[in-house]
Formats: sequence, structure tokens, C-alpha cells
Amino acid sequence: MITLTINGLPVSVEEGTTLLEAARFLGFPIPTLCHMDGLDPYGACRLCVVEIGEGPKAKLVSSCTYPAQEGLKVRTASSRVVKARKMILELLLATCPQSKIIQDLASAHQVRQQRFRQEHEDCILCGLCVRMCKEQMVAGAIGFRGRGENRSIGTPFDVKSEQCRLCGGCIYVCPACQLRCTYTEPDKAICGGCANLSPPCVEKEQFDDMMCYMNPCVACEIERK
Amino acid sequence: MDKLEAIEDFKVLQARLVTDRDPAIPIIVISAGTCGQASGANDLIRAAKREILARELTDKIRIRITGCHGFCEAEPSILVEPRGTFYPKVGPADVVKIIEALAQGQIVESLLFSDPQSKQRIERQADIPFYRKQVRTILARNEKIDPIRIYDYIENGGYAALSKALENGQPGWVVDEVKTSGLRGRGGAGFPTGMKWEFLAKARNGRGKYVVCNADEGDPGAYMDRSVLEGNPHSIIEGMLIGGFATGADKGVVYVRNEYPLAIKHLTIALRQCRELGLLGQDIMGTGFSFDIQLVRGAGAFVCGEETALIRSVEGKMGEPRQRPPFPVEKGIEGKPTVINNVETWANVPVIITEGGAQFAKVGTHRNTGTKIFSLVGKIKHTGLVEVPMGMTIKEIVHDIGGGPVGRAPIKAVQTGGPSGGCIPVQRFDLPIDYDSLTAAGSIMGSGGMIVMDESTCMVDVAKYFMNFLKGESCGKCFTCRKGTQRMYEILEDISLSKGTEDQLSLLEELAGVVKDTSMCGLGQTAANPVLSTLRYFRDEYLEHIRNKRCPGGACKELVTYTISEDCNGCGACAKQCPVEAISGAMKQRHVIDAARCTKCGNCKSVCRHDAVLVR
Repeated sequence: MITLTINGLPVSVEEGTTLLEAARFLGFPIPTLCHMDGLDPYGACRLCVVEIGEGPKAKLVSSCTYPAQEGLKVRTASSRVVKARKMILELLLATCPQSKIIQDLASAHQVRQQRFRQEHEDCILCGLCVRMCKEQMVAGAIGFRGRGENRSIGTPFDVKSEQCRLCGGCIYVCPACQLRCTYTEPDKAICGGCANLSPPCVEKEQFDDMMCYMNPCVACEIERK
Repeated sequence: MDKLEAIEDFKVLQARLVTDRDPAIPIIVISAGTCGQASGANDLIRAAKREILARELTDKIRIRITGCHGFCEAEPSILVEPRGTFYPKVGPADVVKIIEALAQGQIVESLLFSDPQSKQRIERQADIPFYRKQVRTILARNEKIDPIRIYDYIENGGYAALSKALENGQPGWVVDEVKTSGLRGRGGAGFPTGMKWEFLAKARNGRGKYVVCNADEGDPGAYMDRSVLEGNPHSIIEGMLIGGFATGADKGVVYVRNEYPLAIKHLTIALRQCRELGLLGQDIMGTGFSFDIQLVRGAGAFVCGEETALIRSVEGKMGEPRQRPPFPVEKGIEGKPTVINNVETWANVPVIITEGGAQFAKVGTHRNTGTKIFSLVGKIKHTGLVEVPMGMTIKEIVHDIGGGPVGRAPIKAVQTGGPSGGCIPVQRFDLPIDYDSLTAAGSIMGSGGMIVMDESTCMVDVAKYFMNFLKGESCGKCFTCRKGTQRMYEILEDISLSKGTEDQLSLLEELAGVVKDTSMCGLGQTAANPVLSTLRYFRDEYLEHIRNKRCPGGACKELVTYTISEDCNGCGACAKQCPVEAISGAMKQRHVIDAARCTKCGNCKSVCRHDAVLVR
């Protein structure tokens, strides 16, 4: 068991526990966006940063990925941390203003303004969809491509995936953008299922809707159009 | 080549090579690193070979083709041993003269280096101001070695350190020597190398350990590692062999950036020769120590110089850093304990073992021992690679070695550490160059890039340039680094386009602080340095851009006007070069630029020989 101090309170946890888990165990709130129980932590959104250490060597680390260490001193809401969280939320609002989750987080942290040029993107590259697909669905149909400004999520070379089982897990976990299936704009679709204009169900004519096992797969709606 | 079966065989070979060479025979040393070749060294090689054959001087004069000697401004250059005569900026016709004179045992006065201030001719390389104050522990070896001949390296003391370590037989002794030497990582962070090796030596050796040479060298303007890789690849191999022996690693990896084809070629040849000779492979020289090195090429990503991203790249994945702890000494390549050191760090290792850690520690200052190679570039007279003891002041390097400013504008600042570093203004040039002093001043040592800037450099433009570089090279994983670098660039661009406001300036500072605090890897954590250091020392330049819409340095095109001063003598050279015909004037009369048509391309300024074009 490892003993560390969070906001002055000592807590003992098992080896391998992250600071986020330890803090939540004690009831301290830490906002997250790219974290989900059941998926490997990634550390992309940086909202969960906490301050560790003391004095000039104190630094901020993402609590979802940092392992608990013996004797560590953690502060989950120091002024440095709060300042960082507010700026991150400003940046998020400046990128993805239409997301309700981001708006709620901003409001909860008293962020009422954003001072950057407004963009309207629908992905914050948190990677939840990628990890869902790879770890929970064991498919790995989508992943990150590119670097920096050109980073995006999609299938290799944007070719329709054969690994994708149209489970919709990626749509389910997307925290910031409430990604809807964009089947009216096929070029934006992640799963590309609607690009398949012929319904995947078999022998439908014989058995009518009894063979429709992927609800909603909307392929026959597209075909009818 | 016969394989060396025992350490005795190696000593015999080394002794034979030393006695075989007649030191009296003069040698024409042609520096043909990438800079040399780009300046035409290959023509010199051809001309020299032709001349020597034609005059039947093949046993009277030798040629040695080496890597970079450091004085890149003077390339292509020739050094004549054993006298040490230095000929800068040589052409193929000059080679003929040099050989002609050398055959009579003479020199060619008119081709010697001419000191820019005293106008005197200086014959010996050691007397030239550029070289005089340097302590070229590592770089001087480049002159003595043809990188594709392992025998040259052995003749000059190569692999003697390895045989000394293997003969001693105690890995702990090697680690202690490196600790005593006080060597700190030359890649920029300055972590004590001996301590890192000790961690690896103690790590439990279940499935093997790795030692890695980080030859990614991504900083723009820095090419120190390139000259060592091209000019003396064996020094790295020997360093890694010693490191592998000391830490219990059996595998080495050299991760070299793909944009260094000559380095890759020379390393490949060097590795092959080592294997033939039995210096790499199983049971090296019969000692039971087995070690081999794999060469892995990068694929154009600056972020892969970061150690955890490098590890992922070696494993074949996308180069993305990860959280540390656990550190690579615990979990590195394929989860095995790994030590990653910079090229220059590895090159220093054979020196430490040969002369002893205590002797090595005598150079430099107390906590910053040894020498450091810097790439001194920018607005100075003598650009090139300089190797100086730690603790030398910036002023000495810029003026005594670099020769002072190249144009009329006085020097304003020096940028150290590349895109992760910062600017040091001229008022602080008394600072000694060491890890701690530079960090305290708001910059970092970095891998050794040193860019000199004068009054015609705009500091906002400098910050914008580095931010542009960083936003393209950020891996994009951390939201704050990815978006933060983009937004900082946006603000800097606004300022340079005369759209900046003071509110944006405070936003820039705030954002820079958050990016520095919250990013996971070194790239993001230091991404704010160019902005923060230029704001710290040159805030007035930013304010000049914002309040008065003026660019004092003259680089931000939207904010400057090109005019012609009274120094104009009416030669008309500018008007001929103007792509939009914006310059008018009669012969011998002062010309005028039509500001409405002027596109600020700068052609007129570069062709004017009377310095009459003003950019304000």
C-alpha cells in the first residue's frame, strides 16, 4: 500500500492507482474530458491536472496518468491548477463552442469569456473513440493520423473499414461533440456505414423486417432515397 | 580484415598502424562533411587526386578526406599536415597551386586566411582567432580521421578506451569514472550521465537492456551532432560499447534522423567494419561481452527527439510522448530498461575512460564539466561549429571566436537552445555558458544552437518563427500544446500584421504560462520559452508593434516602409531588380521607391552596394 497526501489528507492506496482515482476516492472533484472508467487513461485533454511536489520544483501533471507514489503531496485545486483549468476551458470553448459538456464545465469553473478567435470544430481529439474501438470492441478501426494542426481521427487512408462493426461505440463515448451519425453528410462520417448503400441484411425480401438486426442501420432508408 | 580474437590482437594492430605511418609525409586534409560537399569539396578532392597523380607525387603527398572541421564559413577548406597550414575557401585551381608549393615544401601566401580586422595573413590553423580560444576535445579528431576507415580511428587512439574498460573487467569502475567526470547529458536537459547509467546498471536484467544514441537533432540551426556522426561515427560506437559494458546492456540503437544521409551512410559503413573486425557481435575480443547496434532512421518528426516518443518510434509506432514516471531506465523500448543519451554525450565517453574522470573534470566549471559544441550561426563574421569549455562567457564566444557582427548593425541578442530556448540580450553577455546560468536567465543550453541576432532582427518575428515551427511539430496529443501553440502563433501573427492589441499581449503571456505548466512533454513545456524570453527582454519591441504600428527590426512586412536615403548614388541597380517596377530615378540621381507599388520583397536592399535602402 502506498500512502500519499491529497489536499492535506493522507490516503493509502494500492500500487498502480492513479492520482485521479485516489482523489475521487477521497471525494475531491477533478474535471475530466478524455477519461472514462474502463478505458486506458490517455492524458490528452489536460483538464485533470493537479499540482504535485512543493516549492520551486512543484509541477502540474495529469492525474489520470500519474501513478501514486509514496509520500507524494498533491493539491487538486491550488491557484496554479485553477488558472490552468480556466485557460484550458477557454481554449475548448474557442474550438468547440456547441458542445454542451464543454459549456457545462466552463460554467462550473466560472469561465464566462473566451478571448480567442472563434472556431467551430467537432472534434477535440480526446481519443475516447479510438480507445473504445481498440480496447472495448477489439476492432481498432479508427485511429489518429497526422501531427499537430493536421491531426485527425479516422480510418487508415480514409478507406471504409472492414474492421468496423457499426457498433456505434465511438458515437456513444464522444464527450464533447455529441457526434451524431452524419449520414446526411457521408464525407464526414466516421463509421462510413451509410456509404454502404446496399443493406447488409440478408434475404430481406423473404422475411421482411425479421432480418433487420442492426437497428438503426438506416441503409434501407438511404436506399429508398 | 581479420577478426580480433583477443585484446592482445587489438593492441598489436594499433601498434602496427602507428608505426606504419611516416609522420613526415605531408597530408592534404580536405573537409568533406555535408557543408564541405555543399561548398564544392568534391571538386577539390578530384582536383587534388588528379594533380598528385599527374605529378607522380603519390608517395610524397597523401590526401585525407574527413568530415567537418568546424569553420563552416570558410568551406571548402584545406588543412596541410603536419605543419597545420590552413587554406580557406579553396577552389580547384587553388588546389593545383597548393600541391605545387607543397611539393617544394612551401606554402601559398596569397591563399592563406586573412584576418578581417588586422588584414594580416595567418598561416597556422591554431593561430586563427576562430580556433584559438576553442578547446576542441571532440572536434579536433575529425581532422585526423577518414570516417569510412576504421584503421584511421584505431591509429588515432580509437577503441583503446574500450579495450581499457574490457581489460579492467569491472563495469562498476566505468560507471564510477563517468560519475567522477561530472558529464551531464549534452542533449539539453543536462542530467548527470553517470547517475543515469547507475540506474540502468542496477535495473533487473530479465529480458535485456538497451542503450540508445539520440541522433534526431531537430533544432533548426543546430548541426553539431551531424558533424560528429559524419566525421567520427566510431566515437559513438565506442561510447555505446563502453556504455553497454558498464550497464549490462546487450543491445544498442542509434536513432538518426532521416535528413542526414551522409551520417547514415558513414554509420552504416562504420557498423559493418566493426562487425568484420569483431568489435561488435558475440564474445567481443574473447571477453564474453556481447553487444550489437541497430540503426533506426527517423521519419521527419522533431517530437521524436523526445525520449519517450523516440522509444515509440523505435517500436514502430507513431511518435507520441507518454507520461513519466515510469522513466525509460525502468520501462523503455519494449518495456525493457533503456538509457538514452545524446550523440555528443556518447562521444565524450571514450575521452573520459582514456584520460580518467578526474582529468576530464578539470575542464569547465564546478558542476558543469567538460566542453560543449555549439553551432554558432547568424549575424556574425565567422559562423561554424565551436567547441568551448563550459563557463566561457557569451561575449567571448560571439566576439573573440565569432568575430563580432557581420554587418553595420550592432549585435542585439543571442538565441540559445533552439525552439525550446530563449534569447539572451547583449547586456547579459557576461553570463557564463553553463546549464544553470542559462536557465536562470530564462533560456536553456539545449543541444547547442546559438543564433546571433543584430538590430535588424525583429524579436516578434523570431518568436513567430519558432512558434510556427513548434505548432507544426507538436504531436498534437495534449490539447494545451496543440491548441496553445496554434493560438500563440495566431496572436503573434496579428501583432506582426499590425492587428495586435495590448489585451492580446496579456492573453499571450497568460496562455504561454498555462502551456508551460500543463503540457506533458518537453516540447510543450518549453514551447512558450521563445515568447516568454522575448517578452522579458524585448517587451518594448512588442509594444512598438502594437502601439505605434512600427517594426524596429524591419522584418514584419506590413509595418515597414522601404525608402532610399541620400547615400544613393543613382546607379540604378535596385530599379533593375525591382519585380514590380516601383523604383524610379534618373542616372546619378537619388532614386525613389513608390510605396504604393512596393511589395517589400527586399531585392533592392540586397543589391544596393551603398547601403542606401532603409527599412523602417
